[in-house]
Amino acid sequence: MRLGLVIDLDTCVGCHACAVACKEWNDGSKVAGPLPDYDARGAQPSGLWFNRIRHYEVGEYPASKTLNVPMSCMHCEDAACVTVCPTGASYKRADGIVLVDPDKCMGCNYCSWACPYGARELDENAGTMKKCTLCVDRIYNDALPEAERQPACVLACPAHARTFGDFDDPGSAVSKKARERNGFGMLPELGYRPVNQYLPPRKPPEIDVGAEPTPQTGALERLQALAAQLIRR
Amino acid sequence: MRPALSVVLFTVLSGAGLGLFALLALVQIAGADSSLSQVMHLASGLLALALVAAGLLSSTFHLANPKNAWRAVTRVRTSWLSREGVLALAFFPVALGYLAARYLGWPAAWQTVLGIAGVLLAWATLFSTGMIYACLKTIPQWHDRLVPAAYLVNGHLSGALLLLALAAVDQKALPAYVALVLVFLAATALVKGSYYRKFGSRAGAHALPNAIGMTAARAKLLDAGHTHGTFLTHEFVFRFGREQATLLRGLFFALSLLLPTIVVGAGVGDPLMLALTAVACLAGLLVERWLFFAEAQHVVRLYHGQQTV
Repeated sequence: MRLGLVIDLDTCVGCHACAVACKEWNDGSKVAGPLPDYDARGAQPSGLWFNRIRHYEVGEYPASKTLNVPMSCMHCEDAACVTVCPTGASYKRADGIVLVDPDKCMGCNYCSWACPYGARELDENAGTMKKCTLCVDRIYNDALPEAERQPACVLACPAHARTFGDFDDPGSAVSKKARERNGFGMLPELGYRPVNQYLPPRKPPEIDVGAEPTPQTGALERLQALAAQLIRR
Repeated sequence: MRPALSVVLFTVLSGAGLGLFALLALVQIAGADSSLSQVMHLASGLLALALVAAGLLSSTFHLANPKNAWRAVTRVRTSWLSREGVLALAFFPVALGYLAARYLGWPAAWQTVLGIAGVLLAWATLFSTGMIYACLKTIPQWHDRLVPAAYLVNGHLSGALLLLALAAVDQKALPAYVALVLVFLAATALVKGSYYRKFGSRAGAHALPNAIGMTAARAKLLDAGHTHGTFLTHEFVFRFGREQATLLRGLFFALSLLLPTIVVGAGVGDPLMLALTAVACLAGLLVERWLFFAEAQHVVRLYHGQQTV
């Protein structure tokens, strides 16, 4: 098994609902919780999150697009965070999920150095490293209705941008989506073989809205602009 | 990377201890006429072990959950951090055995076997310390063969200077010890010079657009999604000025390389002066080790808006 997520960068609206749902479920989770906040209502609020969404501008105006990129543990096949761990607290399960055993972790931060995705954060109160569990206490939880045996982030996403499943099953929804939409893993050059796949944004139809053309910056134009500037002075 | 002061202190102190022990044992085993007297040999060896122990202790100060520190020796198969711990722990009994063999006048074969084993363990420990950093593909400035090389030569340079001062206290002929210092001065200048040349003004191989999969377009961060710092910005986004880096590199070269070269070159034989030179060298190495962290850039900075790493 190779459990993981497919995240559709085309439909993600960047609402942070996945991160909030993650925080809510895992804060009360016996496996991962609590997820503390520091100075939550003070001047410099900070805290522990397993999922962070950052927003980028890709391309140049007017051919630009806002890209919302949620990032959590990629549950890498070659997880360097696991191999560098000196205590054996970090481990990879047979189903592919990478977890931290808080009873073994000494809080040296070394695994977070080895992770290129910023997926691991130290719980300053407990002194142990914490990370996405792929909601291991939901997906195998018989007490939940079958439809809810999915990671909290997947259930919460209002844009259905997140899908959970087994990448080793070629017929699973995640495998199909990754295949059909050219799914990619992040920073493949590092060789950690991240399991989570991102679907690139579809090319939007070009609609002429009469936006200003990109200013030309040939040699003549630059000379003219310089001359105009000198005259103004 | 944010410099963890306890780790900076640890690697410099234990490096000096391991270097001092290795050179002390090698000079004695080689049977040099100027090898230290029985008492001085023991004192020097214990000083080396004290430096290593102080370093190991200080490294535990950066642990958030030190009660599990004993588990750090359990993953030697995959983790360089674990290997370093095991090798450092194995070094102590062997090194103590060697010092006892020499002091109590056990047979020469015993002294040689224990001494060589201790030297090999000291080298392996130093190398492992370097590999803790060099094995991380996420930090280009660390993922380089010059990194373990620097840990080895830095440890031996400070060790050679300490040994020179101890030999002066012992009123031994100094030329052999001066030669050792000169060898490691040259080696350190070569390794660190190459390192700064390589990483001084290099454009990073990893780029922000690639990191988010947009290989054909320009990309910039609009919003990092958090109001104030996070664990990630605290740990990985350490910023300081380029001028400051140049100044600190200069300070390292002056204290650790230039000053010892002048003192040794001038033929100074005063034990106090030589001891002060060794301390100055160690201070310079602290600066070097601090810079090693401060100048290292983790690829997660791409996701926080840095264009290349």
